[in-house]
Amino acid sequence: MSIFIWQNLFFVVLLVGLSIPLGIYVYHVMIGKKVFLTPVLTPVEKGLYKLMGVRDEEEMNAKEYTLAILLFGLAGLIFLWLLQMLQGFLPFNPEGLKGPTWHLAFNTAASFVSNTNWQAYSGESTLSYLTQFLGLTVQNFVSAATGIAALFALIRGFILKQQNTIGNFWVDLMRTTLYVLIPLSLVIAIALVFQGVVQTFGPYRVSATLENGSAQILPLGPAASQIAIKQLGTNGGGFFGLNSAFPFENPTPFSNLIEVLSILLIPASLCVTFGKAVKDGRQGWAIYITMMIFFIAALILTTMSEQLFGPSFEGVASSGNMEGKEIIHGIGASSQWAVVTTAASNGSVNAMHDSLTPLGGLVPLFLMQLGEIVFGGVGSGLYGMLAFVLLTVFIAGLMVGRTPEYLGKKVEPFDMKMVCLIVLVPPLLTLLGTAAAVVMPQAVSWLTNSGAHGFSEILYAFTSMANNNGSAFAGFNANTVFTNVLGGIIMLLVRFIPMSAAVFLAGNMAKKKTVAVNEGRTF
Amino acid sequence: MAKKNIDKNIFADALTQSFVKLAPRIQIKNPVMFVVYIGAILTTVLYVLSFAGLKDESGGYTLVIALVLWFTVLFANFAEAIAEGRGRAQADSLRGARKDVKTRKLKSASDTEVYTEVLSNTLKKGDIVYVKAGEQIPMDGEVIDGAASVDESAITGESAPVIRESGGDRSAVTGGTTLVSDWLIIEVTAEAGESFLDKMIAMVEGAARKKTPNEIALQILLVTLTIIFLVVSATLLPFSSFASRQAGAGSPISVTNVVALFVCLAPTTIGALLSSIGIAGMSRLNQANVLAMSGRAIEAAGDVDVLLLDKTGTITLGNRQASEFLPVHGVTELELADAAQLSSLADETAEGRSIVVLAKEKFGIRGRELSKLNATFVPFTAKTRMSGIDYQGNVVRKGAADAVKTFVQENKGQYSEQCEQIVRRVAGEGGTPLVVVKNNRVLGVVYLKDIVKKGVKERFEDLRKMGIKTIMITGDNPMTAAAIAAEAGVDDFLAEATPEAKLKLIRDYQAQGHLVAMTGDGTNDAPALAQADVAVAMNTGTQAAKEAGNMVDLDSNPTKLIDIVRIGKQLLMTRGSLTTFSVANDVAKYFAIIPVLFFGIYPQLAALNFMGLTSSRSAVLSAIIYNALIIVALIPLALKGVKYTELPAGKLLQKNLLIYDLGERAWIG
Repeated sequence: MSIFIWQNLFFVVLLVGLSIPLGIYVYHVMIGKKVFLTPVLTPVEKGLYKLMGVRDEEEMNAKEYTLAILLFGLAGLIFLWLLQMLQGFLPFNPEGLKGPTWHLAFNTAASFVSNTNWQAYSGESTLSYLTQFLGLTVQNFVSAATGIAALFALIRGFILKQQNTIGNFWVDLMRTTLYVLIPLSLVIAIALVFQGVVQTFGPYRVSATLENGSAQILPLGPAASQIAIKQLGTNGGGFFGLNSAFPFENPTPFSNLIEVLSILLIPASLCVTFGKAVKDGRQGWAIYITMMIFFIAALILTTMSEQLFGPSFEGVASSGNMEGKEIIHGIGASSQWAVVTTAASNGSVNAMHDSLTPLGGLVPLFLMQLGEIVFGGVGSGLYGMLAFVLLTVFIAGLMVGRTPEYLGKKVEPFDMKMVCLIVLVPPLLTLLGTAAAVVMPQAVSWLTNSGAHGFSEILYAFTSMANNNGSAFAGFNANTVFTNVLGGIIMLLVRFIPMSAAVFLAGNMAKKKTVAVNEGRTF
Repeated sequence: MAKKNIDKNIFADALTQSFVKLAPRIQIKNPVMFVVYIGAILTTVLYVLSFAGLKDESGGYTLVIALVLWFTVLFANFAEAIAEGRGRAQADSLRGARKDVKTRKLKSASDTEVYTEVLSNTLKKGDIVYVKAGEQIPMDGEVIDGAASVDESAITGESAPVIRESGGDRSAVTGGTTLVSDWLIIEVTAEAGESFLDKMIAMVEGAARKKTPNEIALQILLVTLTIIFLVVSATLLPFSSFASRQAGAGSPISVTNVVALFVCLAPTTIGALLSSIGIAGMSRLNQANVLAMSGRAIEAAGDVDVLLLDKTGTITLGNRQASEFLPVHGVTELELADAAQLSSLADETAEGRSIVVLAKEKFGIRGRELSKLNATFVPFTAKTRMSGIDYQGNVVRKGAADAVKTFVQENKGQYSEQCEQIVRRVAGEGGTPLVVVKNNRVLGVVYLKDIVKKGVKERFEDLRKMGIKTIMITGDNPMTAAAIAAEAGVDDFLAEATPEAKLKLIRDYQAQGHLVAMTGDGTNDAPALAQADVAVAMNTGTQAAKEAGNMVDLDSNPTKLIDIVRIGKQLLMTRGSLTTFSVANDVAKYFAIIPVLFFGIYPQLAALNFMGLTSSRSAVLSAIIYNALIIVALIPLALKGVKYTELPAGKLLQKNLLIYDLGERAWIG
């Protein structure tokens, strides 16, 4: 047991240690302060603005900011759908893969645009290299950057006083991508290649196996470059169907550490960014610590459950539950990953969640159903958490006899409306989606397990989609017209309704005066 | 006895109102309770259908559930009705004062003989009326001529008559009050339906009560919770039917149980009591004899963190009093006291009288008849800033130090150095020095002291703990003001205050993000009152002041400001505490009921049956009965408000969380 404690302790210390400097760096990027990459990247940034026709000094109000987000998402959705449908006619397709069905293409496009990365397909048998690197990898970057941009807008809402504008979406998107996501991905992708993750445009290889020399196809592709951002941007969509349980995606314990660390790195450091930006580090740490408490409790529960409540065969207890886990990762790293990937809205896996013990499976389900606020998605996790903070502050403020306020901003009806939208949409869509699925007469035929486990498979799938997580319990056949279309719509709604609400919340907050600090102040 | 009867009436009235309020158009105003109302209708329909053989539960069980739900709705109605009842009773007594009376309408203010008799409700703005002793003032107005004592008990409940006169800050009269003596010529400033009394009736009745922003924000939160719980409950139908098919055991959860579960989960406690809390808050303010022009103003009072308090009347007793005689060298204290007393004999000001009193207390100097002394009184004027008497060739004067100094020097007298020292010392201690001079010889100084009210220092200390800053406003010079401010323990002061300085002070604090409250009565206070976030106008004040403020204190007591803040905070705290209670309650019920409902499908869940419930029916029934009764049990709390103590926010939160959240859980658990 103690090895698990050391393993997780090491992970947490490493995470906190790295997130502080990164958080400060992201803050500098957000406010446009000079950082060490500025001399190199400024010409690129300016050049791209010119190309896009963006005037970077122009500020947007909440409406314009939201419109920019939605149009950008829509363009991504259409482009990605077309790219998949037409991939059979396009280059970089050594395996000659044809376009998928329209509904699978829609589901995949919605999934990647919404930063969910739910996959109803297997990469190696469905998508061409072009679709992967031009479609999916690009969305891995920009959907993550969109989330961070929305968070930047909200943070500005808290710090600005009596302003109508909350920043420029294109600038936030560009800076986040150029200064944060690309450099970090570059470093991580190279480290992964060094560990043995594949990165090639060459065709799949066939090799003879020891099993009577029978042939096995080894799928390849430009994987490392996508896997780096898949983890960093809390995307989670694997290059290959088996995701990070597949040796070409995650070959060694060291690559596993890099990947699992990258999942939480940015969401955690954004707490530091927040504290820095509102000029009150304690506020950032309060959120960071709250998330950490949930996270550590989840880690302990899952790891203990996997280790202690393994199946017993005819009275002979096994040493922990190894079903569905890779030997190379074992119970410790697999439990850790399961918790990390659902705490953040990542959704990549290095073990089969369907094979987790009941309690071990309940924890990821719970973490997602919280609304992805324990670290959560990059940007989206923190703005989701801030909605919960405002909700709490609202009731607490009333209890001490004051109109509630947070960071000097009064919480008024419009703010509550936006907060409630952010909080309300994920649970509603989870419940309604699951309910729609179980009333389908074919529902039973989609499952591999029956009874309560079967129900959990459906619930997990819709929980994952309706919280933009993307991890799969597996065991549930998701590639049907019903699930593809319903799931696709759910993923888009649950991404863009709360995000728009967060930006409008920002706009309203920015318009307000700041209340003076005193003893009676709530928070 | 009479009060008991009123209470009985309110109670009976509220019972009737509970049923009247079952009308859908009233129910829909409260979204949380509206859904419960729909649930009650739905279960009733299910009960009726059970006779036709369509049933998912036994008819009797459905009937009981339906009844409990109807009672839940009725209890919520009752809570609101009883809160409104108090206001309605108050409004009825006010209506008694608003009679249409005959009045003399004048052609012009100069001639009281030429008039037409008209009914008060036909008066228009700008009309001029003539009212004599014993008659009722027909409408709100401004006194343009005359002075009279007016019985305002119909509005204030205070039976002692007050003086109303033209000019100055006591010129406003209110329709419905009665002249006790003399006569007044009044220019009407309001028309029927919009008079002060009308506004008051509308406010206490709750008719004009608009939902405050805070209440709306809470409502949004409650609706959100309701939607979530509605979907949580409703989706149990497909979930349980799927689960029972999969498990091959048990049966789907019945619609009756789903409705009951929803009602248990929805924030019905706060939903039912929300409007009563608001009405009760308004009514508490009315009982303090303060009339708020909007509910928003009460809530703003809870947020106020800077109080501008007038020194006189709020911090110090009304007037300065003589406390010491300080003679210069060569003069005895008795000699000084004698001269000071002489100069004050005819001085009707409070200061003057206090000198006479002090002289009698200390030296037994009696009052003397001015006529016997053959003396002439020289009254105080703004120009001389001195008063005194001339008798038998003697000239006695008392007055402000610089005025007396000029007076002495003009008459080629010697103004003593020692006197100046005493003057400086007295002023430095916060007192007002009055220099007494007899026949151009400075005798000494009378020390006039501002008496700080008992208990104000502690009061300000409490306010500071809550983060409320107190600022003393005074016309005194900075030195005097500083000394009194230190003695009273206020945080800051504004000396030599002018209306402009007050306005600027308020603006400055607001710019820093503070919310400012103040009281005022004069027309020159109007701009500052209009600027302040909470502005309490004195009822004795001018019409302009009343219109600029958002509250009127019928008792005209500036200290009331502190009570108003307390009531505002209490209102918000009651709302917050009951919300927390309600939500904690729902969560507890969720975990009590859900496992029980699934026993049939998953028998293993019996392990979670901590409460030893024997069947799902007993679990659901006991939960919804509790849910209904808790509303009734909490009505007194909603009406009275939670207990309020002055504590910093952090401690207050801790305390209220313990009581309303943990207490709740311990109880349920």
